[in-house]
Amino acid sequence: MAYLIYALRRALQAVPVILMIMVGAFLLLKLAPGDTVDALVGDMGGADAQFIARLRAEYGLDQPVWVQLWRYLAKMAQFDFGWSYVYEQPVATVLLDRLGTTLMLMCASLFFAFTIGILLGAIAARRAYSATDNVISTLGLIFYATPSFFLSLMMIVIFSVKLGWLPVGGIRTIAAFHTGWDHVLDVARHLVMPTAALSLIYLAFYLRLMRASVLEVAELDYVRTARAKGAGETRLMVHHIMRNALLPVVTLLGLQFSTLLGGSVVVETIFSLPGLGQLAYQSVIQRDMNTLMGIIFLSSVVVIVVNFLTDLLYARLDSRIELA
Amino acid sequence: MIDRMMFAAVAAGALMATGTPVAAQDDEPKRGGTAIIHMVSEQRILNPALRASTGVYEISGKIVEPLIDKSYDGYEPVLATDWSSSEDGLEITFKLREGVRWHDGEDFTCEDVSYSAMNLWKELLNYSTTLQQYLEAVDCPDPHTAVFRYSQPMPLELMLAAMPDLGHPVPAHIFEGTDPLQNEYNTAPIGTGPFKFAEYQRGQYVIAERNDDYWRGEEYPYLDRVVWRFITDRSAAAAALEAGEIHESGFIGVSMADVERLADDPRFDVGPEGYENNVAHSTIEFNHRNEALADLRVRQAIYHGLDIDYAIETIMRGYAKPGRGPVPSTGGANYTDDVPTYPYDPEKAKALLDEAGYTPDADGIRLRLRHRPAPWGEYTQLWAEYFAQAMAEIGIEVTLVQNDAPGFLSGVYRDHDFDTANGWHQFRADPAVSTMVWLRSGSPVGTPWTNQFGWQSPEMDQLIDAAASELDPATRAEMYHQIQRRAMEELPVIFAIEHPFISVTSKKLRNHHNTPRWNSSSWYDLWLDE
Repeated sequence: MAYLIYALRRALQAVPVILMIMVGAFLLLKLAPGDTVDALVGDMGGADAQFIARLRAEYGLDQPVWVQLWRYLAKMAQFDFGWSYVYEQPVATVLLDRLGTTLMLMCASLFFAFTIGILLGAIAARRAYSATDNVISTLGLIFYATPSFFLSLMMIVIFSVKLGWLPVGGIRTIAAFHTGWDHVLDVARHLVMPTAALSLIYLAFYLRLMRASVLEVAELDYVRTARAKGAGETRLMVHHIMRNALLPVVTLLGLQFSTLLGGSVVVETIFSLPGLGQLAYQSVIQRDMNTLMGIIFLSSVVVIVVNFLTDLLYARLDSRIELA
Repeated sequence: MIDRMMFAAVAAGALMATGTPVAAQDDEPKRGGTAIIHMVSEQRILNPALRASTGVYEISGKIVEPLIDKSYDGYEPVLATDWSSSEDGLEITFKLREGVRWHDGEDFTCEDVSYSAMNLWKELLNYSTTLQQYLEAVDCPDPHTAVFRYSQPMPLELMLAAMPDLGHPVPAHIFEGTDPLQNEYNTAPIGTGPFKFAEYQRGQYVIAERNDDYWRGEEYPYLDRVVWRFITDRSAAAAALEAGEIHESGFIGVSMADVERLADDPRFDVGPEGYENNVAHSTIEFNHRNEALADLRVRQAIYHGLDIDYAIETIMRGYAKPGRGPVPSTGGANYTDDVPTYPYDPEKAKALLDEAGYTPDADGIRLRLRHRPAPWGEYTQLWAEYFAQAMAEIGIEVTLVQNDAPGFLSGVYRDHDFDTANGWHQFRADPAVSTMVWLRSGSPVGTPWTNQFGWQSPEMDQLIDAAASELDPATRAEMYHQIQRRAMEELPVIFAIEHPFISVTSKKLRNHHNTPRWNSSSWYDLWLDE
């Protein structure tokens, strides 16, 4: 019950936050020079003035900004995200088409980065200042310092062009018409390089944070007490050190879930993955207001939900923290 | 008087016969296979009667056919088999091909042409609305004859030159009674071409499947399928070519460094063949509202300060030539190279600036300019950077104002917020439907790629209008020569570099780039050797 009331209160608090984000984003986007008609006409290779005026009127872009904003908010209140004039589809359809790919990429990358990151971090901390630690820490530094676009292109050159093991881009082999498990396998093969490119930098974050955190926790009194009581190394590591060392890492995980969306723009563009990141980038270039606002809405909801889940997880990991 | 222009019907496959004379065993066309083509940007609309753009034709050209196409031997009859003009130029008659069916099984008739011309070509299609502004009606005396009636003379030569791009009929039975702009078939086209539309996944790919009922005969097309993949990252596209995942990248879809690198790779054909109809000019555009730039001597000085040959070698990797005004050298009879030129001569440039009163100040700077480069990719950006460097040498400080496409188009063509700008502009077979918009004054503010430069010349306007309705080809050509000379004398815009586009094509594709607008053509004779 307490959880439910807590959740409800958080949901209510989220409404003004989202409203502020939407209004702010709308006005900011309107400050950019040119509009979607400029972009469309640019794509077309030019058009005459009559045609341009007609498009503007049809899209409602001839109205003052506050009228446009009011119309948008009125529609949004009914969960209608409008029509994308660039994609000629409802924004909700465009977003849902792309959401799956991005979520798949984000979850795979975070999962990979988180598990391998804490594992390597814990190992490095347990063998602090040994050769193993040096190798792991150096690797972490390299991952941390390599820009994802460079990593992506280098992986393409090695694994696609030279070795021919993995596909260069896309989400599946077009015109191969795979079904069933073949299809799953095909999609997985296409996600290997993007996941690696996106996760390595986060892996480095978790690794370094976990290493520092484990080193710190291992010095604390209760660990010494546990050791004095005769707890084995494994039990000590899993129950006493890891659980407590995870707290700062989980904070970072929650924070990074939202930044991952930004990072996926580059990776999605290079690997031509049809995800939200690429859609956001294209929508900015195309000044596709409705789609862009839809993405912003979706992202703010994701961030709010993830923050909420992080708070819940805190309480679970450290029973001293109370939800209030 | 204009004679009937007759062309021997191009026997199916005659085009293939050109090229290597000996037909070895493996030069026998093979049936089947999927050609995969790279697209660097996505137009989303696939109706060529609604959007005149090479990005649309590259895909829709395989699905929707024009009345006439262009081959290296001249105009090639496609949906029209024969054409003629009345003596006064007010009527143009097309004989239409019989026995052609749309992909949904309906017959192709004059109804379709009439509907398309009156409702789309005249009303909605960019560039075409100007071309067809005097079109009064299209009569159908019988199902396979279309008579275009005009209130002002329409040169047959102009009409023919425009038709490959601006003459795509759409099926009347699909569009009639709907708002053409909102029709769902705009993204799922129905045409008469060798390939039928199959699937369009936004941001990913378009698939077209073989049309088994194609009018050229059941041996065509050779391919089973064409797939276009949208890859916005040019380096990734080059990697996909090398990995064999795509067969062709057109319109300079990879970086110039990769063009040069892949040109040395024996697996690829790299070159400007097949773009003779799509030649473009890299430009320097002036805002004549700027007092300094309104002075002809300053514009001449800027031209003298540009080492065009150097730019061609370093930026265009040699795939280009110096521009000679608004008509490129592929412009046929309308082109002349008898025009004034401005060879690279920094000393002369400085002397001209001195003469105009722009002497160096304490910092050695004569003039400060804000320059907007068009964001049309790598070589356009490099050309802007070269421009800034070259101007620094003659004492003009150029600040580059970076912007994306909507920012550039509104900044230059609507708000006129620039001193100089650069971009490229395509020549579309005839000056009347392309480069003349750069020189003709009076286009409404905000129309992109038009004369928004604040430059006006009544004589030039008069010449442009007269040439557009001049019926005699020789007189018309002479008028365009005059326009070119004037444009080179007065320099409203510098048409600095004439360049074709470049394709990188896998050698597995056969019969590729065998027409002057190949990427936009139907590919009925393209085959895959694998």
